[in-house]
Amino acid sequence: MIYADNAATTRMSRTAMDAMLPCMREVWGNPSSLYGFGQKAAEALEEAREKIAACLGASTPKEIYFTSGGSEADNQAILSAAENGAKQGKKHIISTAFEHHAVLHTLKKLEQEGFEIELLDVHADGMISPDQVDRAIRDDTALVTTMYANNEIGSILPIAAIGAVCREHRVTFHTDAVQAAGHLPIDVQKENIDLLSLSGHKFHGPKGVGVLYVRKGVSLRNLIEGGAQERGKRAGTENVPAIVGMAAALSEACSRMAEDTNKVVAMRQRLMDGLAKIPHSILNGDPEKRLPGNVSFCFEGIEGESLLLLLDDRGICASSGSACTSGSLDPSHVLLSIGRPHEIAHGSLRLSLCADNTEEDVDKILQAVPEVVAYLRSISPLWMDKMSGKRPFILS
Amino acid sequence: MALYSEKVMDHFRHPRNVGSMEDADGIGEVGNAKCGDIMKIYLKIRDDRVEDVKFETFGCGSAIASSSMATEMIKGKPLNEVLELTNKAVTEALDGLPAHKLHCSVLAEQAIQAAVKDYYARTETALG
Ligand SMILES: Cc1ncc(COP(=O)(O)O)c(C=O)c1O
Ligand SMILES: [Zn+2]
Repeated sequence: MIYADNAATTRMSRTAMDAMLPCMREVWGNPSSLYGFGQKAAEALEEAREKIAACLGASTPKEIYFTSGGSEADNQAILSAAENGAKQGKKHIISTAFEHHAVLHTLKKLEQEGFEIELLDVHADGMISPDQVDRAIRDDTALVTTMYANNEIGSILPIAAIGAVCREHRVTFHTDAVQAAGHLPIDVQKENIDLLSLSGHKFHGPKGVGVLYVRKGVSLRNLIEGGAQERGKRAGTENVPAIVGMAAALSEACSRMAEDTNKVVAMRQRLMDGLAKIPHSILNGDPEKRLPGNVSFCFEGIEGESLLLLLDDRGICASSGSACTSGSLDPSHVLLSIGRPHEIAHGSLRLSLCADNTEEDVDKILQAVPEVVAYLRSISPLWMDKMSGKRPFILS
Repeated sequence: MALYSEKVMDHFRHPRNVGSMEDADGIGEVGNAKCGDIMKIYLKIRDDRVEDVKFETFGCGSAIASSSMATEMIKGKPLNEVLELTNKAVTEALDGLPAHKLHCSVLAEQAIQAAVKDYYARTETALG
């Protein structure tokens, strides 16, 4: 099997598993218990917090809050900043049209509660400029939330510059860094980030665990009430093995980042160059400012789900933003946000590589994708009409 | 559990009657590119029966499989029976489809009806 869907989830690393096992075998006490056996677990937890704080450049481990994943971190960050803003009469929130649903659906909820949500247009190359943010900020802006890097098209936003704009206007800045953490160098202080979300399973850590970084001074609202865990901000006995595994995975990813990036970018480049040779296709996202492993294309005249099924038959795991894979009637809001017409957005393919992939995987993908695309086009009435001139081509 | 039944995957992987037809007596095309599904059916009619049928589909696995199954179900059948083919019958013959995929399969029924209609329209014109 060729696993090329690392943006969906990653295989847990040996390092993460090795770190987790002792937390199940030996250090399985409750971190809130007072006796030494429980305190051992509390120590493991604090060690994990320190490791993660170091990876993000946080000023103290106290700024790290553990959550059940990226979605919870996004929800808590946004709802907290909204509440903080509302207390000062600020009910305007700026975000972008291509955020993850964990952000967009939370914003939708706030809109129904009377907040004004402004989603910035995304440029055709998948970028948001600091200027756009600057122009959108008003006196009553409570929060700016923009993702660090996009999960579908891989574009990396100018986070440090956006952070600087927010700091200048004293507006709280949250970034969903779920796709960036462990893959791009992050420094919350240098980049003026107030709130940041990440998720363990996107960098070879476990699923169902994540982090919300909260700069000292930004107050948090509870989503889960109960015990006093996470300094009273997130109740529930901590998932110690998962937290420890996530910290080990993130530390490893950060220490290997330079070499992994070199390897992955070389494979990605070869994939991008090879797939670009398919006629009537287009790369989604910026060709350079993109996540190391992300390759995203649209192919005219075909539908993404059938493409995925046929690639699966050839042992290739990938994903698509077509309507029929999203479970809704519309194709991915991300592809629509960068101006892809519906018809083109239906024919999308996302391959996301990691350092476990090999050049041989790339060869096999470069063999399979053009063949499958050509086959699906050969049975597509839409493609036939384009070939015979009855309908115009959209992509060159 | 797999998304699709074995039957669906078989028809998707090895679609029957796929292709176009030079001298079709009736052609039906439904769906649109915006929604991500287009189905085109070509019919060869002889003595009010479907002598041959071909299809082309732009769409998901469920759309391709239901096109394939539907063409099998109408091949050799008299036109009055062909007009009675329902989406439900096609879905059942495929051992079911996931609920959110049913809408992708209705196009098969609609494309066949459109092709028969086209055939009738052509013969009426021919008869003047
Ligand atoms: C950009 C982005 N944000 C949030 C999430 C949600 O993360 P989780 O699955 O950990 O809740 C994901 C993962 O799918 C993501 O890619
Ligand atoms: Zn469909």
